[in-house]
Formats: sequence, structure tokens, C-alpha cells
Amino acid sequence: MILTLTVLAEEAAHAAEAAHSEGGLPQMDVTTFPSQIFWLAVTFGLLYWIMSSLVLPRLGAAIEERRDRIADDLDRAAESKRMAEEAEAAYNRSLADARAKAQAIAGETRDEVNAEIASLRKDAEDTLSSKADAAEARIEEMRRTAAAKVREAAADTTRAIVEALIQETPADAAVHAALAKAANA
Amino acid sequence: MLRQMAAGPMEQFEIHPLVPLTMGGVDVSFTNSTLWMWIALGAAIAFFGVATRSRALIPGRLQSVAEVFYEFIADTVRGAIGPEGMKFFPYVFTLFIYILLANLLGLFPTIPGLPHTFTTTSHIAVTASLGLLSISIVIIYGFYKNGLSFLKLFVPSGVPIWLLPLVSLIEIVSFLSRPISLAIRLFANMLAGHIILKVFAGFIISLLGAGGVFGVIAIFPFLGIIAITMLEILVAFLQAYVFAILTCIYLNDAVHAGHH
Repeated sequence: MILTLTVLAEEAAHAAEAAHSEGGLPQMDVTTFPSQIFWLAVTFGLLYWIMSSLVLPRLGAAIEERRDRIADDLDRAAESKRMAEEAEAAYNRSLADARAKAQAIAGETRDEVNAEIASLRKDAEDTLSSKADAAEARIEEMRRTAAAKVREAAADTTRAIVEALIQETPADAAVHAALAKAANA
Repeated sequence: MLRQMAAGPMEQFEIHPLVPLTMGGVDVSFTNSTLWMWIALGAAIAFFGVATRSRALIPGRLQSVAEVFYEFIADTVRGAIGPEGMKFFPYVFTLFIYILLANLLGLFPTIPGLPHTFTTTSHIAVTASLGLLSISIVIIYGFYKNGLSFLKLFVPSGVPIWLLPLVSLIEIVSFLSRPISLAIRLFANMLAGHIILKVFAGFIISLLGAGGVFGVIAIFPFLGIIAITMLEILVAFLQAYVFAILTCIYLNDAVHAGHH
């Protein structure tokens, strides 16, 4: 069967060759046109059917799905970005609040500490000045005592001298008057 | 096959039946052209089958390439026709892939022992059929959508009445020449590219056969073949794209016939 077909094909080919050798393009051999057009219609039709019913819907669906997915992802990314920006704003706001609060606390504390320092200093100064007053008073007292003792010693001495000179004990009033007179001179 | 190696640059375009077949008295033999149409179809099914198997959210390599094609053609259709043109997207996509694969597969060198490489789009019968298919869709959809006002396409507004017959004639001729230009552009590009490749390959054989200094010179046509092959890969993409975008532009006339 196949052998017969091959032989027939050979004969047809030689016949075609003979026809061509008379000149002209093989393209202009109209006897081949029906076969070319028929098989073109069959193969082109099949390709069209496969493309339109199988290949193109699949490719289109894949592309469409990817486009949707990318659009979704972009939307989600935009949403995330918006949320991130909001979070950043909230963070900045709370940071500013905390800073203000910290400054307020620091100011208060500083004032308190200053006040405490001032009161402590005042106490210390008060204590010191009262001690100084007391000391001054004691110094004055001691000086007066010392002066009185000097006067007493001078009176005793004067009395002893006068007794030795005139064997007479002078009156206290006279001695003191004389001492006062000498001290003033 | 007992055939000789391709003798002339035109022999690569010859169509010979592999399995003779008639249908209602018409010869629809399974030819080498048919074989390469099925190879292109098989390549398309294999590529897009594997590419869309996983339908991953993060695409693999093949899926990425398939999606690049998808987005590329979808943008072309949307740009040329607008959102309402997307109902033609499967057609334009099929057209682009079919022509691209036919062009690219034809550039593969023949592997010894396997059937000769054949470019199905280097035949005017194929390119003219595709061009007529595109234009038929334009005409049928144009009348379906716009009714008789689709004919306004041939009556541009703002033209003086005495000039209208001439302008309409020009418009009609230009409309009718669209499938012809679609067909000839693709066919001629494929034909010329393959002839040049074959001629350069012939040079190499001749120079090597001459031997001596000529054998050394054979390096130049060889470099030329490399350059032309790269150019032809570009042309394969470009012509598939040109066919697709021109179809879009013509479809735009059918969708927006009232806006002229």
C-alpha cells in the first residue's frame, strides 16, 4: 500500500517536474492550488479553533489574574503605607507629649530643689547668726567681768598701798572715786 | 526519495505530492507543502500547549514568551481598532502565529534524510488565500455592522461632487488592491529571501568545486549566508507582523465605517 503510494508520488513528482521544466515559477503552477488552499484551510482552521477556544482564554486568564493580583498587592501596599504613616504620626505625637511632660517634671523638680536649697541655706544662716550673737554676748560678758576684776584688783592694790603709806584703810567709796578719776585722766 | 539535490534556486519551491488524494474530482494531494503546514500547526500546538500548561502566576520561560506574543498582538489590535476590535483578536493572533511559524520553519536548513524544508508562505496560493480571507472578513463584517452605509468607505466626505466619481473609483481600486498587496508582499519577501540564500549557497559549492584560491574565497558567500539568514529571521517576524497589522487597519474600516 505504502509502496504503491510512494511510487505514485514519484510519478506525480516527475510529472510536475516535467511541467516545471517548461519554464515558470513553481508558484504559478495552478494544479497545486486546490491542494494548497484545501490544506491551508484545514490547518489554519484548526489553529484558529485551538487558539480561540484553548490557548488564548488560558493566556488571557493568566495575565488577567496576575494583573488583578498585582493591583490587589499595590492596594494593600498603599494601605500598609498609610497605616505606617499614621503610626509614625502617633509615635511622633506621643514622643512630643512625653518630651513636654518630661520638661514639665524637670522644671517642677528643679523649682522644688531650689526651694529646698534656699530654705536649708536660710536655716543654716539663721543658726549661724544666732550662734554668732550668743558668742558676741559671751565675749561682751567676759570683757565686762574682766574689766570689773581689773577694777577690783586695782582697788585692792590701791587700798594696800594707802594702808602701807598712812596706816589707814581708806573708804571704798574714796578708793573707787580715786580710781575712776585716775582712769579718766 | 530518489530526487536529486536541488539543482536550481527555484527547485526549493516545487510542490510534489507525497500522498495523492482527490476529493470530488479535485486534486487535494498531501504534498510537501501540506507536510510543512502540519509541522507549523504541530509546532504551534506544542509551543502553546507547553506554555499554557501550568498557567502560573509567575510565568516560566515559555509562558513568558507566549504572553509576550499575546500582549503584543492584543496591543496591536487595540491600538489599530480600539477595544471593540478585540473580537477579532483570536483571528489576528492565529494569522500572526501561522505566518510567523511558516516563515521561520522555512528558514531551517534541510536536515539530510528528512524532507526538504519548505516555506508554505512562499506560495502565492497560500498568501492570496490568507489575504482574501482577511478582506472577506472586512467586507462581511463591514456590511453586517454598518449595512449599506459601509459603502461610505468609498465616498470620502468633503470632496467636491464633480470629483466624487474619480475619488470613489480610486478608493474602490485601492480597496480591491489590498488583498493583492497583502498576498504579493508576503509571497515576494519569502521568495526573494530564499532565492538569495540558495544562490549564495550555490556560490559556495561552485567556489569550493573550483578549488585553490577560489576555495578560500568561498568564505565570503558563507558569511553572506549568515548575514542574510539573520536578516531573513527579521523579515519572517516583520512580514507576519505587517500582515497582522494591515489586517487590523483594514478591519478598523469595517468597525468604524461611519467615521470617515
